[in-house]
Amino acid sequence: MKKLIQLAAMILGITSILYISSLYVDRSEGSASSDTLNIFNWGDYIDPDLLDQFEEETGYRVVYETFDSNEAMYTKVQQGGTAYDLAIPSEYMIDRMIQEELVLPLDHSKIEGLEHIDPAFLDLAFDPDNQYSIPYFWGTLGIVYNDKMIDGEEIKSWSDLWKSKYREDIMLIDGAREIIGIGLQTKGYSLNSKNDEELTEAFELLKGLAPNVKALVADEIKMYMIQEEASIAVTFSGEAADMMWENESLHYILPEEGSNLWFDNMVIPKTAQNKEAAYAFINFMLDPEVAAQNADYIGYSTPNQDAMALLPEETVNDVQFYPTDEMMKNLEVYENIGFEYLGKYNDLFLEFKMLRRD
Amino acid sequence: MTSKQNRVLFFPYFIWIGLFVLIPIGLLVYQSFIGIDGAFTFDNILTYFTSATYLIMTLQSFIYAFIITLITFCISYPTAYFLTQTKRKDLWMLLLILPTWINVLLKAYAFIGLLSQDGSINGFFDWIGIGRQQLLFTNASFLLVATYIEIPFMLLPIYNAIEEIDSTLLHASRDLGASSWDTFKTVVFPLSLSGVRSGIQVVFIPSLSLFMLTRLIGGNRVVTLGTAIEQHFLVTQNWGMGSTIGIVLILLMIIIMLLTSGRKKEARKQ
Repeated sequence: MKKLIQLAAMILGITSILYISSLYVDRSEGSASSDTLNIFNWGDYIDPDLLDQFEEETGYRVVYETFDSNEAMYTKVQQGGTAYDLAIPSEYMIDRMIQEELVLPLDHSKIEGLEHIDPAFLDLAFDPDNQYSIPYFWGTLGIVYNDKMIDGEEIKSWSDLWKSKYREDIMLIDGAREIIGIGLQTKGYSLNSKNDEELTEAFELLKGLAPNVKALVADEIKMYMIQEEASIAVTFSGEAADMMWENESLHYILPEEGSNLWFDNMVIPKTAQNKEAAYAFINFMLDPEVAAQNADYIGYSTPNQDAMALLPEETVNDVQFYPTDEMMKNLEVYENIGFEYLGKYNDLFLEFKMLRRD
Repeated sequence: MTSKQNRVLFFPYFIWIGLFVLIPIGLLVYQSFIGIDGAFTFDNILTYFTSATYLIMTLQSFIYAFIITLITFCISYPTAYFLTQTKRKDLWMLLLILPTWINVLLKAYAFIGLLSQDGSINGFFDWIGIGRQQLLFTNASFLLVATYIEIPFMLLPIYNAIEEIDSTLLHASRDLGASSWDTFKTVVFPLSLSGVRSGIQVVFIPSLSLFMLTRLIGGNRVVTLGTAIEQHFLVTQNWGMGSTIGIVLILLMIIIMLLTSGRKKEARKQ
């Protein structure tokens, strides 16, 4: 019995020491926050050299954390207990975070270099007048094919995916809005449709696509396409750029019917402890040379028009990554469709996953 | 030891059960009555039992879990039986348990390497002239990997049960003229049933919700209840619906427990 009490006392002693030291560590981090910047970004989404350069130029110390989905990022910011000074979510999530007051309005007098950004990427519906967010990268959803197995002339639009000869050849990104969106756009409807009949029609159409689907996966698509496990994939433009870097037989196309256009913008979440550092980082990233280096490294499309002049010509002239104005007309941005319809999209997607191949 | 001391010793266990089992289940039940708008509702349960999607998914998960349990049983029982007959039991056991020390995710990725188009298995098929086959993202590969992962959990309880059988009973059976098959059929197997039951319980329930394997190995072409729970918690953020499916899984588990323990009582009566 005595031993038991001793043991219990020891455990309590150790945990209290740990607790007190964790408080101490927290505080020391807090007090140091005048010279640290906590960034919360997607994985593999910045040139690490730029972080070093930023630290050298400004004297701030960068603490860098990554997330793999907008929803995961949202939950961490919403639950609090974190001290992110800067985050980079996508447009529909920014819309939601503005509505729920999870992001802070920007003081535009502290932002320099916004004039480098192409006006086409400013003042968009999800954030009028860029009160809350500054463009970081943008991109599209499209089709990647391997020219060893597929004739590029035969695949130009979403509807080509339905061809019976591509049986079990296609890998799709595991996202409800992306896949239901393919059905909607092939039918000529909006990606943000809140019309039950249109959704049903899109789903009926997608049923015919099921036999051609090899798998619905997420990040693994990159690995599988590079290894030539599948000949066609539906994925995001930046992922495609990465694959094409590794495997020269791969090509990316924007479907003729149009596609999804997305933006990842920098925001200052309400958890921010060091806004000055966040502004310094925003200004740093707006610099054309920095933006160009980052775009060259990551492969996504930069909204910075002055940076485009610094990029290799073959990059900026590639209409699949920097589409012409004509092509841009067919691209549509996701809107925050609300819980009810998000649920409906997901239920349909779950049903799609359950369809048998034969 | 007095009963008072016993109670003191149980105290940490009660706290553990309360904090990590009872309260979470309570929260799960509570969440399952909360709609996506945050109001109290029975809709989640109604949706579950009226939607063909969820019912088919439940049935599918059940069938997959049943097949996985059956295959693991068919492999584990003979293995366990022959293990008890070998000389270096501990060494063999260690070798069979060793894979459980490796993270499931790592094992899944190892299987991707084996089963992919350029993988070693397809290399072998190519070499013997069958040609490369699509192995990944098929039901068969999902069943293979799931079975592989579950085998140690079936093997251990069966092995222990057989090991515990009093060897004098076997001698008696022999002395009275039973053949080895008769001995196995009438003595060893009935006495090892307790191990079989715990093996089934330990394998069947997790097999209902293998969401990670369904994605990595099944390419989401195999959908179980786990897939739906993951989606509701992480994507739709409809925690109510996710909790409802969780509750259904818990109920299924209780049913399985009742079914397997019911047989136990009968066996005792005999």
